Amino acid sequence: MNALWKVARFTATDIFRSKWLPVYTVFFFLIAEGLFRFSGDSGQALVSLTNITILLIPAASIIYGALYFYGAREFIELLLAQPVGRKPLFTGLFSGIAGALGGGFLIGTGLPCLLHGTADDRITILAILSIGVMLTLIFVALALLVAVRSDEKVRGVGICLGLWLAFAILYDGLIWLVLALFADYPLERAAIVMTTLNPIDLGRVGIMLRLDIAALMGYTGAVFEQFFGSRVGFTLTSGAMLAWIVAPFMLALRSFSRKDF
Amino acid sequence: MPPHDMGRHCSSLEMMSAAAGQILRLLLLFSICFACMRTSAVHAAEVRVGNGVDFAAAVAKAAAGDRIIVPNGVHTAIDVKIDKPLEITGQAGATLDGKGKSQILIISAGNVVIRGLTFIRSGMSYVSDNAAIKATGISDLKIENCSFRDNFFGIYLAKSSNCIVRNCSFKASGRLESSSGNGIHQWYCRNSVIENNTIAGHRDGIYLEFSRNAIIRGNKSLNNIRYGLHFMFSDSCAYRDNLFQENGAGVAVMYSKFITMTGNIFRQNWGPAAYGLLLKEIADSHIERNRIEGNTTGLYADGCNRNTIHFNTFHRNGWGVKIYANSSQNNFKDNNFLSNTFAVSTNSSSLQTNVFDANYWSEYTGYDLNRDGFGDAAHHPVRLFTILIERQPTSLILLRSLFIDLLDAAERALPVLTPQTLADAHPRMKPKQ
Repeated sequence: MNALWKVARFTATDIFRSKWLPVYTVFFFLIAEGLFRFSGDSGQALVSLTNITILLIPAASIIYGALYFYGAREFIELLLAQPVGRKPLFTGLFSGIAGALGGGFLIGTGLPCLLHGTADDRITILAILSIGVMLTLIFVALALLVAVRSDEKVRGVGICLGLWLAFAILYDGLIWLVLALFADYPLERAAIVMTTLNPIDLGRVGIMLRLDIAALMGYTGAVFEQFFGSRVGFTLTSGAMLAWIVAPFMLALRSFSRKDF
Repeated sequence: MPPHDMGRHCSSLEMMSAAAGQILRLLLLFSICFACMRTSAVHAAEVRVGNGVDFAAAVAKAAAGDRIIVPNGVHTAIDVKIDKPLEITGQAGATLDGKGKSQILIISAGNVVIRGLTFIRSGMSYVSDNAAIKATGISDLKIENCSFRDNFFGIYLAKSSNCIVRNCSFKASGRLESSSGNGIHQWYCRNSVIENNTIAGHRDGIYLEFSRNAIIRGNKSLNNIRYGLHFMFSDSCAYRDNLFQENGAGVAVMYSKFITMTGNIFRQNWGPAAYGLLLKEIADSHIERNRIEGNTTGLYADGCNRNTIHFNTFHRNGWGVKIYANSSQNNFKDNNFLSNTFAVSTNSSSLQTNVFDANYWSEYTGYDLNRDGFGDAAHHPVRLFTILIERQPTSLILLRSLFIDLLDAAERALPVLTPQTLADAHPRMKPKQ
């Protein structure tokens, strides 16, 4: 446990010192601050903030996570020569990267939200922040999974980019295709199931439930609202999000434990 | 004796009685001259309910023009017929109870005034429209400061003119459309004034059919089962500064001309068939300075022509404006569209004759190089995704997806499906104040 904490702290300070984290934080701060200042209506600012959270966080987390792991390869090999368990070492690495990125996002986005957000928007802001943190955890875990499995840096980063593209864009295209092809059938349930299988879509729907509640109360939207808005739906989607963190992490941990460095 | 002499020489008592005599003589003259007019109003007597005289007996006993005083307490009143001009005044706590049987007051005479009474329990019926106060074929009815609780219909005016309903509150707790009635119902009425009332829990808050020249202002219509305000075939009416909130289906106005709707608030009407403001076959009307926020559909226009929609604010609605292609020559100018999920939706990409000009669109991304306050590039408020959703509603699940944003961007560059004629050539850079 001690080793885990030490590795995590070292990783986080390392990311901070490399100026990556300050830049990341300031970037989110400027974006959020600018949006609140210039978009006139806090609703519009939150919409844009949602888009950025949902797109940028997965991209940044998965690419930076992989790059950091490749960069830290020698450091990892050095530590493995010491009496340090592989489990605490890997968990420490994950916590350090995810904690640094998640913290940077929370501070960068949270401050402007605190400054400008109205009382009505409080829950929406909370949803955006927590979904941002969840997405960070998920995509750092995915990044480590790819980086552990693939020794070649270029190939690894390429796979990460591909994964991001698939989750962020292609998957939705697939959903749309299915919805268009089977338009004659009632597809509300199918749409819900397909959405739950993609973490970015889960995050998107979670925020949509707050921001577009008026539109969701329409005919089809009501079906989605009934599911995702209910306690069962919330539990299920939170469970799916958690599974999306735990599964890649466990897989990566297993590969890391068995890996021949 | 000329009055100015009198004032100097007589004692005050004599002066008063003489003056009274003078007035009486004058009045006599008047009543002879206008024998058919209601001279009795002048000799108004007071009839008190109580001491063995129940409400119905008091009404029967009263002569035309008398004033009936209803003291504190619950008085049974079932189908009490008011066929002469009366003033019925309730003291604090005075309540007329219909016992859930039938109607409470049935008015068939003009110039009735009702003040300060509470009406409870007019009877629910699937056959007849039982109301707490029903007036048929009369004029100049005035209902003020009354309260209506758990009635089927609250006030039902039919074929009447110049009636006023003011400062009343209506509260019912109906659950089904079929088993609850309207708060204020008008049928074939002329020149009514409905102002500063609060209506909640009825089927329709305010309902007008075949009425003309009504003025509806300062009312609050909340949590009604169906519509906050519902009117059909009622031309030349004005609706000002009302609040319509959380009604089952919002506000529906149909088949009418020359309507003025200004300064109203339409708020939080949610549901698959809920509209902030539903317009069906409305023509030549003015919809101005209203605030339409948080509704599933803000403004829905079906078969509406030549209306002006100016200075309204559409805020955080699912669909700001849904305008069907059978609507033409409507003018949307100087409105603010703020953070609606879909600003404008339509069902056709063919030629649009509706004009959108000088509105503010919070999603507008253009620039203003000449700094005149208007964007230099036209804004097309109908997105591709809006059209896709019209065709395939389930794709709503993809809202705010990057994939959809990319499709939208592609459509903007090379428009195929979105109506190019539906555009705002001068989008504002800042919201219109």
